[in-house]
Amino acid sequence: MGSTLLEKVWDLHTVRRLPTGQTQLLVGLHLVHEVTSPQAFDMLRLRGQPVAFPDRTFATVDHIVPTDGQPRPFADQMAEQMMAALERNCREFGVPLFGLDSDDQGIVHVIGPELGLTQPGMTIACGDSHTSTHGAFGAVAFGIGTSQVRDVLASQCLAMDPLKVRRVAIGGALAPGVYAKDVILAVIRALGVQGGAGFAYEYAGPVVERMTMDERMTLCNMSIEGGARAGYVNPDDTTVAYLRGRRFAPAGDAFDRAAAWWRSLASDPDAVYHDEVSIDGAALGPMVTWGTSPGQSIEVGGRVPRPSDVAEAERSALADALAYMGLQPGSPIAGTKVDVAFIGSCTNGRLSDLREAARIVRGRRISTHVRGLVVPGSKRVREAAERDGLHEVFRDAGFEWREAGCSMCLAMNPDRLEGRELCASSSNRNFKGRQGSPTGRTLLMSPAMVAAAAIAGEVTDVRSLLPAAEAS
Amino acid sequence: MTISGRAIVLRGDDIDTDRIMPARFLRAVSFDGLEAHVFEDDRRAAAAAGARHPFDDPAHAGARVLLVNRNFGCGSSREHAPQALARWGIAAVIGSSFAEIFFSNAAALGVPCVGARPDDVEALMSRVGRDPAAIVSVNLDRMLVHGGGIEAACSMPAAARSAFLAGTWDATALLTEDFASVRAAAARLPYIAGFPPAPAPER
Repeated sequence: MGSTLLEKVWDLHTVRRLPTGQTQLLVGLHLVHEVTSPQAFDMLRLRGQPVAFPDRTFATVDHIVPTDGQPRPFADQMAEQMMAALERNCREFGVPLFGLDSDDQGIVHVIGPELGLTQPGMTIACGDSHTSTHGAFGAVAFGIGTSQVRDVLASQCLAMDPLKVRRVAIGGALAPGVYAKDVILAVIRALGVQGGAGFAYEYAGPVVERMTMDERMTLCNMSIEGGARAGYVNPDDTTVAYLRGRRFAPAGDAFDRAAAWWRSLASDPDAVYHDEVSIDGAALGPMVTWGTSPGQSIEVGGRVPRPSDVAEAERSALADALAYMGLQPGSPIAGTKVDVAFIGSCTNGRLSDLREAARIVRGRRISTHVRGLVVPGSKRVREAAERDGLHEVFRDAGFEWREAGCSMCLAMNPDRLEGRELCASSSNRNFKGRQGSPTGRTLLMSPAMVAAAAIAGEVTDVRSLLPAAEAS
Repeated sequence: MTISGRAIVLRGDDIDTDRIMPARFLRAVSFDGLEAHVFEDDRRAAAAAGARHPFDDPAHAGARVLLVNRNFGCGSSREHAPQALARWGIAAVIGSSFAEIFFSNAAALGVPCVGARPDDVEALMSRVGRDPAAIVSVNLDRMLVHGGGIEAACSMPAAARSAFLAGTWDATALLTEDFASVRAAAARLPYIAGFPPAPAPER
């Protein structure tokens, strides 16, 4: 009987079985940022403990970073204090920091892969739920809380219960204008926001095999929105090609040996899964959320559900979400007026995301009532986009071109919605108040769909704006 | 091990950690004072609508047990959410289900989250709604919840339960006690120790 990648990686990293019955699992790569780590470092200090493996620990700053090029000290004193705490903690505990003065700074889930820190077969932990992103490489990556950050700093280990594996196969081929974001929104809608509890999702099938690494990262990123603590894709030629030449990837002969080992970790053809789910990729259209949970989505051509469209038990949640969103049951989602357009985040702030959005924006202007923000996921993404001239494309269209950070995905920096503003967003969560205003509203969609909404001033089908040759 | 006290009822499925603790309060280097902001936006919205959020209802002041519905604590991994609840005074949570990261974060603070059948949760919620002074208890030895004459079974993953019963819910000591094995495990990993010679040329 064969094994899944999850089983192989789990076994490789098992230190021992704990008296509680949990596995003491070694963490191969620990990523740290400024929001969930200061209390963990303080707990270490209090207990007089060092960081166990500082050479397997890397830090950056992303959540609180102002993206308007503010110099230090930041105008927001709390942000400045958090930044200073991270700098001090990294210095005192010997943890490498990609700070604002580094060309490698950016969202932790963008820079890990970009630097080649993220590799197949690793276990990866970070005090951030979107750590599932790194599973795109065939790593097993978990989001953890601050007490667990402390555990990993002190021991390089986590106490974990085993995960079941669900194979999520995406068949067929995606139509033009349909992206990885649409696939994951469709997966979450199909399996539910808690459907993944106790599972790691293994994404597979022809659509996933053809995806670039950027697309696989978008897919794995939102596993947590489906309740799965981890999601992954088996390593293949695409994975190996992405990693070749990256700063922290093995070099020379070691790279080829690493690549052979990485490939050997892919799930065996006769691996046994807890269960398998298939979704027809060819049937998918561009998706938009209409509610306050990432599972509440429809295709752009669809209508906001009516109470009669959903099960009895779901009706009060539907009514509550629609009241908050100010949307009418049964009305088309296309045509919903948009106030803000946000392109960025660990879900969709990579170079290919900006390229797709720019393809829609090029030669057009965003609607006069729309505030448009493009926030690259990292300084390297920003630099590469500028080499392509994308910053000019966005600026010419009326977008603001910002510095790298998490920005308006969760609005811990000055980028936030005002009042009841409605935001077309390439981020990952449409929770009430998520984008910084307690009454602000979020419609999740792909970066290309955000670009289309910005131009039209309302939710619109991106396929009507695709270059003619593709819009078949 | 039994935790008991008055209870507070918070209805709704999929209550995310942004609800429990809005991100602006994460701009801090400690967890001190978070209890003042628990459910802040919901509390303000309720007040603005002329209603009263459960966390502002004097009848529930000093409650130790929180009653919730399905998938409580989904979304962000922010430990600030269970920290705020614990600092507010919540010592145990009963719900029909929990998001996994929230469950782990709460467990690491010594706050057990136990699952119960949705109709049992509803019965407890109704009972506490009628009588806020009712004492609700969570018994981890027998895996039972009680409240106002109701008794129902509850559940929790075996490992978490045994950690609570053994008092080892703070995992750091456990994970650092056999550091030689940790080092040995690290030394076996190809990406730390060096990749093995390839058995066959790369395709």
